[in-house]
Amino acid sequence: MTFEWFYTLPLRLRSFFRQRQVDEELKDELSDHLEQQIQENLATGMSPEEARYAALRALGGVTQIEQQCRDARGGGVMEDLVQDLRYGFRQLFRSRGFSILAILCLTLGIGANAAVFGWIEGILFRPYPAVAHQERLLAVGGTARGETGGTGISWPDFLDLQRSCTLCETFFVSKITGSTLNIGERAEVTTGSIVSANYFDAIGVHPVLGRGFEPGEDVGNDAHPVAVISYQLWRNRFKGDPDIIGKMQQRLNNIPHTIIGVAPERFYGTFVGWAMHFWVPASMEETFESGGYKLEDRGARWIEAYVRLKPGVTRAQAQEEISAIATRLENNYAATNRGRGIKLWPLWQTPFNNAGTLLPTLEIMLAVGAFVLLIACANVGNLLLVRSFARRHEMTIRLAIGASRIRLLKQLLTEGLILSTLGAAGGLLVAYWCRHALVLLFPARHGVSMYLPGEIDWRVMSLSAGICLIATLIVGLVPAFQTRNLELAGALKAGSSGVVGARGKAWVRSGLVVFQVCLSFILLVGAALLLQSLQKIRTTSPGFSTKNVVQTGVSLISAGYDVPHAKTFQEELIARVRALPGVESAAYARLGPLGYGTYSSTPIAVDGYQPPPEEQPTVDYNQVSPNYFATLGIPLLSGREFTRADDENAQLVAIVNQTMAARYWRDQDPIDRRLQVKGRWVRVIGVAADTKYESMRESPKPFFYVPLLQDFVRGPDLYIRTAQPLRSISAALLREVHALDANLALYEMITLQEQVDRSTSPQLVAVNLVSILGGLALLLAAVGLYGVMSYAVAQSIRELGLRMALGAGIGSVFRWVLSRGLRLAAVGVLCGATAGLGLTRLFGKLLYNVSPNDPLAFASAVGVMTITSVAACLLPAWRATRTDPARVLRD
Amino acid sequence: MSKPSDLVQGTLDMLILKILALEPLNGWAVSQRLKQMSSDVLGVSDGSLYPALHKLEQRGWITAHWKPSGNNRRAKFYSLTRLGRKQLEKEAADWNRLSAAISGIVKLKEA
Repeated sequence: MTFEWFYTLPLRLRSFFRQRQVDEELKDELSDHLEQQIQENLATGMSPEEARYAALRALGGVTQIEQQCRDARGGGVMEDLVQDLRYGFRQLFRSRGFSILAILCLTLGIGANAAVFGWIEGILFRPYPAVAHQERLLAVGGTARGETGGTGISWPDFLDLQRSCTLCETFFVSKITGSTLNIGERAEVTTGSIVSANYFDAIGVHPVLGRGFEPGEDVGNDAHPVAVISYQLWRNRFKGDPDIIGKMQQRLNNIPHTIIGVAPERFYGTFVGWAMHFWVPASMEETFESGGYKLEDRGARWIEAYVRLKPGVTRAQAQEEISAIATRLENNYAATNRGRGIKLWPLWQTPFNNAGTLLPTLEIMLAVGAFVLLIACANVGNLLLVRSFARRHEMTIRLAIGASRIRLLKQLLTEGLILSTLGAAGGLLVAYWCRHALVLLFPARHGVSMYLPGEIDWRVMSLSAGICLIATLIVGLVPAFQTRNLELAGALKAGSSGVVGARGKAWVRSGLVVFQVCLSFILLVGAALLLQSLQKIRTTSPGFSTKNVVQTGVSLISAGYDVPHAKTFQEELIARVRALPGVESAAYARLGPLGYGTYSSTPIAVDGYQPPPEEQPTVDYNQVSPNYFATLGIPLLSGREFTRADDENAQLVAIVNQTMAARYWRDQDPIDRRLQVKGRWVRVIGVAADTKYESMRESPKPFFYVPLLQDFVRGPDLYIRTAQPLRSISAALLREVHALDANLALYEMITLQEQVDRSTSPQLVAVNLVSILGGLALLLAAVGLYGVMSYAVAQSIRELGLRMALGAGIGSVFRWVLSRGLRLAAVGVLCGATAGLGLTRLFGKLLYNVSPNDPLAFASAVGVMTITSVAACLLPAWRATRTDPARVLRD
Repeated sequence: MSKPSDLVQGTLDMLILKILALEPLNGWAVSQRLKQMSSDVLGVSDGSLYPALHKLEQRGWITAHWKPSGNNRRAKFYSLTRLGRKQLEKEAADWNRLSAAISGIVKLKEA
């Protein structure tokens, strides 16, 4: 029968597209039959009347035969679908209120999911839409034996990788940097990338004006002062001047750079979270990075790099090859590479951008989104259920006149499909509108443009379509379940009232509400946990004072200052700042607490401390100026602060923190003891209290400080303790800086409180997102509870009337309804609490000093749920008390 | 509705194919022929004939042509296709096997 379609397809198409003609032919055929039969009957001597009736009797019901023929032709599938769609639309249009509510619920449910998918796609999986073949892109970083987390890699190692790796198509470097940008008279701080010369070719992005970098432009020291600028910079600062290429119009870090290209409009670089505004070749590294010229230093691990694998190569295969290369480098260059590995990360685990900080939040959001969708579906299912009671009569009639149950099921599923497709369309629209919304949840900051776009591509669309299908099934099958045991006779008899049997099925609706309450309760607990954890983080003392201390800086490296000039400048500036009215004290530090940068780190040795074998104690440290501890309000537990006398000519000194003192000197006083730092012995002169260094969530760790003048860095952060408002101190400081050098720009000035808030912003974002969706879920659940209670009241109006007639007071009726609703909610809360005990562990990564089973969080969720449930039941209960017993009993 | 419940499933199809194998006919003629040939034993109602015809056409076993008939009407004439002929051979063979087996059983003498 392989050629069957050869005959059947044209016929099928014909019966679908030429439906009217086919029907007409069928009528002709049957009437031809009748006619011939009548002739026959006449021939046997019947009267014309008789002959006609006999013929009709012999044939049977013409309409039924026609339908059977149509069924036999089987064009029916598509025909049925079109009919179902038409009918479904008509039904939904007729009950507009219901349809709008249902579509709105689904829009919220599907939209929440599509938005989360879009963010995950745009931030974690496909963060660089402009980059060619980003699905084969991996992040490259270094590892150190015995440490978790990633470091950068060195430029010579990068070149070796590029040369030796056979499974990799291309390596490129993109290292974020900040810079003072001077165009004409105006100076501002902006973000850009130091890149390898192959950058634009490797990512397949072609400048809209001019060119990308040429091979060799990343070789040498300060050899190629050229830059590609972003489209935004070009529009905003150069007014879209088409003749800009080749002109030396901007100074980056006070070095004039020739603009050689303008990047395409929608290209923001390759750094998750922030938009890049310029790109310079690696040969300009020393202009932008502290720590000197590093392109020939194998020990300087500063590069953030990416690799694109050849097609078909897996990460494991590439990692194997790269590990082999790293081992070879380890052997060849033991001095710099011992214990160092090179690792490939998938983009969503990139160790050096904001992908990592958002990963746990987005993971949680997936689960939260699924919850909201389920709650929304339960709501729509409930709505459809109510409507299916109202439609029992219709369904029964359709069954009675011969529709099969399958056909009814198809009809219900089609209606579900229409609802969920409209919901999905709305949901994608919501996701599209929300694609940039994540940025809004972060506190704004100066000099950095946050860029966290969601990406609505075919993968997100097909996932959403999948969700839409699931929703269709849920939404369509719930009422179908209801019609399953529709009894023809019973339903037809009681048809008009449509109450019979409704009571028996109430448990389905109640079950759905319990399910909704359960899910939204879990979300409430999650939101409460996150909120509590955020509060804990915020109220944890960072160990330094956050009030009346501001942080800023002057980018001296970037302004082209060499060490002697920088020393003089820093000396003069701090003197001027201290002299400003209202300034209590001021100090420098290479890095402030909780910033983006990485502290210096050194292996240490301590007299009298025997480290366990195979372990080399390594401790982070910071370079600070005199008055640092006083300015930041970090208590000194013993000893003294650094003074102006602790300069490059004096004895090397250090101040250790409490944890370090306890770990390496046990219970003895470390003052005047020796500590070996980078191979040189320094004398401990003080013990400072512990503070938070990199994150508010870290536990106390060993740390020490050395005087800035004994380990000099250019352009450190500046800290000022003052009671003056930010604006006036900022203006005064800028005046002083410009008095020394008019070409310098200030870094953003913020209070230390702001710094703490920023470092906790991922937690804040998580709290916001979960609260928004949790609130949504609560609202949906409340609507569901309200619907069920209203319906229950309407159904038991006779019982209520009877009770009232028998003397039940208004109060008792009110309580009766309320208690029925609250009982449902209580069951839901109970289920939610049981499930929550296990599920809240999902939040673990985002929690700080809060147990996932924290009783306070559960208690407050119970409180919110109770209030919401009472609110949802009030109106139905009030309506119940308005029952007029006389009228109800009479009806 | 009136399904040929006493007809072995699929037999009606085979009978129609057999009738059309002799000559192309319209629906009414097929029904008359069925009655004559089976001496009214099978009692195929006209109502079940037409869906069966349409089903066979849909399967590609028979094909239809419109021809003018008397009284300014046109009638739909069905004829067997090549596929239909094969199907008929197959069904006839099956039927022969089946009926031979059944009659063999029926003819067994009771002990």
